[in-house]
Amino acid sequence: MSARHPLVVQTAPFLHAALSTPRLMREVALAAVPVLAAATWFFGITALLVVGAATLGAVGAERTFGPRSATLPRGRSLRDFSAVLTGILLGLTLPPGIPLWMAFVGGAVSICLGKLVWGGLGHNLFNPALVGRAFLQAAFPTTLTAWVPHTNGDELLVLRSSTFAWPLMQAHIDGLTAATPLARLKFEGHTEAWDALLLGNISGSLGETSAIVLIVCGLVLVWRRAFDWRIPAAILLTVAVVSGVLWGIDSTRYGSPLFMLLSGGLLFGTVFMATDPVSSPATPRGAWIFGIGVGVLVVLIRVWGGLPEGVMYAILLMNAATPLIERIAQPRPFGRGRTT
Amino acid sequence: MSLLGLATFRHGVHPDEHKEATEDLRIERMPFVRSYVLPLGQHGGKPAKPVVRVGQSVLRGELIAAADGFVSTCLHAPVDGRVTAIDRRRHPNGALVEAIEIEADAFSPQTVREGEPLDVDVMPREQFVAEVQRAGLVGLGGAAFPAHVKYALPEGRKVRELVINGCECEPYLTCDHRTMVERPAAVVRGVRILARQLGVERSTIGVEANKPDAVEVLRAAIGDDPQVRVVPLEVKYPQGAEKMLIKAIFGVEVPAGKLPLDIEMVVNNVGTMASLADWFDRRVPLIERVVTVAGPGIERPANLLVPVGTPVGEVLRQAGGLSQDTREVVMGGPMMGQSLASLDVPVLKGTSGLLAFTAQETAHPNEYACLKCGRCLDACANFLNPSRLARLSKAGRHAELEQAFVMDCMECGACSFACPSNIPIVQLIRASKSAIRSRRARS
Repeated sequence: MSARHPLVVQTAPFLHAALSTPRLMREVALAAVPVLAAATWFFGITALLVVGAATLGAVGAERTFGPRSATLPRGRSLRDFSAVLTGILLGLTLPPGIPLWMAFVGGAVSICLGKLVWGGLGHNLFNPALVGRAFLQAAFPTTLTAWVPHTNGDELLVLRSSTFAWPLMQAHIDGLTAATPLARLKFEGHTEAWDALLLGNISGSLGETSAIVLIVCGLVLVWRRAFDWRIPAAILLTVAVVSGVLWGIDSTRYGSPLFMLLSGGLLFGTVFMATDPVSSPATPRGAWIFGIGVGVLVVLIRVWGGLPEGVMYAILLMNAATPLIERIAQPRPFGRGRTT
Repeated sequence: MSLLGLATFRHGVHPDEHKEATEDLRIERMPFVRSYVLPLGQHGGKPAKPVVRVGQSVLRGELIAAADGFVSTCLHAPVDGRVTAIDRRRHPNGALVEAIEIEADAFSPQTVREGEPLDVDVMPREQFVAEVQRAGLVGLGGAAFPAHVKYALPEGRKVRELVINGCECEPYLTCDHRTMVERPAAVVRGVRILARQLGVERSTIGVEANKPDAVEVLRAAIGDDPQVRVVPLEVKYPQGAEKMLIKAIFGVEVPAGKLPLDIEMVVNNVGTMASLADWFDRRVPLIERVVTVAGPGIERPANLLVPVGTPVGEVLRQAGGLSQDTREVVMGGPMMGQSLASLDVPVLKGTSGLLAFTAQETAHPNEYACLKCGRCLDACANFLNPSRLARLSKAGRHAELEQAFVMDCMECGACSFACPSNIPIVQLIRASKSAIRSRRARS
């Protein structure tokens, strides 16, 4: 019997799981939608504009500077959807009053310095979105730490003048600024009510305020097996234990474990940043070490550092340690090292 | 132990089973065709030596090539006919190899000549091993290693557990399933013969839980014999791998680089057991085997009892032929089989399946960058780091690959299956392993 077409000859396996990398990226981006919705509710329509500007910056940089070759036309790398995801995640870490041009620049820096200079997707040492944010925080420290009060849907369509500051112009954050719960603890010795922390009617970065939304999104992603559950588990457990010990020593100076878990960027960073597979260890033991490291650093920076919040630097530092962690945390091969 | 309470090994993958098309179809006999090609090397080890001349008439079941050395086995005529050539023919793997070509006698009724049963109970071990070699028996699970080699225990070695592999963890394949359902008595008889010869007190048949009918009939065939048991296992790939099956049933790991025999175990396939019984009770050597013909490109999927040496094209024709949109034909299972460049190659003793795939399954998916997502690590039953092995393979860093235990890889393909970036991980590893092996051979 002869085939009607020449037969294709490939090598096994001939079957493939349905999950693909772009689909994985889209699932994480989809999980960020409720977070974006909460941000819009608490900070108005500007949340969408800021996230949009950051995403535009990221996509524009990927399209302009992304990898290309004879077989890979310009912009093809956008198809893996990672640039869009980086832009969305960066946008959600920014303060609500930030000028759009800064968000745009941050998005472009995330892709260029956070990813492309390393060799593109999969080769970056640091989380690209956090590189973009660290750049913005170094370049525009006052803007990045000016927090506008939340508005709870009252002023959904009100636009802030600072949002539309001219490029390269410093923004004047209008009206009152409001300290974040962590800043109030650090500088005023006052902790926020936990129900406000849980719901999110507090000031802070766009995506970080509503703990309940982040917890639900995180659980959905764990259920979908979008990332290694060990990393968030290790971070949250470590923060709870370390801050619990400190709180036990002096509950007037240090925040309670519940406060530490629900405030600041911890949940957002845990769910959307530390779990980035590229910049975290791939091995199970490595994931535990990485998560514990992030947790310890977060508490260290929050309690003894100059800044009220330390999630970003904690994750970036552990990103840098990832190749070393992977070196010592390889799996034990079957039939080796243990008596049978 | 899994959540369901069924035993299994750790890690592995769950491909869609695709067994529904053939799992309930009775084994049909493949009609005899005009000519047969029997490569002398049907198995691992040394090819057999021809004992017939061109032009000579042969009878079905007659010896046509004798074992050449110990790690080699005999080959028998699958039909009454005449030897028309002893020459180079295309092997399914693409190489040209020495083979015996037999033209079937069109007027012969092709009856099987059975003989008087051998009394295995009083047979010394050496004679038993020689008999298995005379039967031309190889492992029918796919690797096709000469079966008698496993039974010739080195001086001072003993066997504690006989493990029988009825997992059939490869998707699509149902040949072992049907053998268990339709020939449970032969399977159990083979197990008892072997257990007696190896001196084991207990034999365990591991069957994945998607074959409850096989578990049931095997248990009925065993009766109240306390020395043979059937253990249902969770459905997971690659459970049929010897070491994974042992881990699933007994929870112990065969040390890397060692054989099951090193921990006093012997693993065999269920089909091999039925063929073993055929030789000792009926004196019928291994001249035919069950082949599952399935896949989206097959018009009439079937489980066929095919004489060894039948051209693949003829077997596919028997299964209704290939659909218009068939693009690829695979011999063996879809996880570890090999795709055929030509249909003018013969079915071998180790051929468990013939699968036809269409453009939909053969489309080459886009490869994306490795995200280190860890899915290949969770897939790898050998607990290697496939993502790292693939990266080192791309860079050709052989020394580091060896340190990362690349040679422990059994090439089951679970990593490539699981990779969301479609990186051909096992293919890269395979290439590295063969480069490392040939460099070792040179030095």
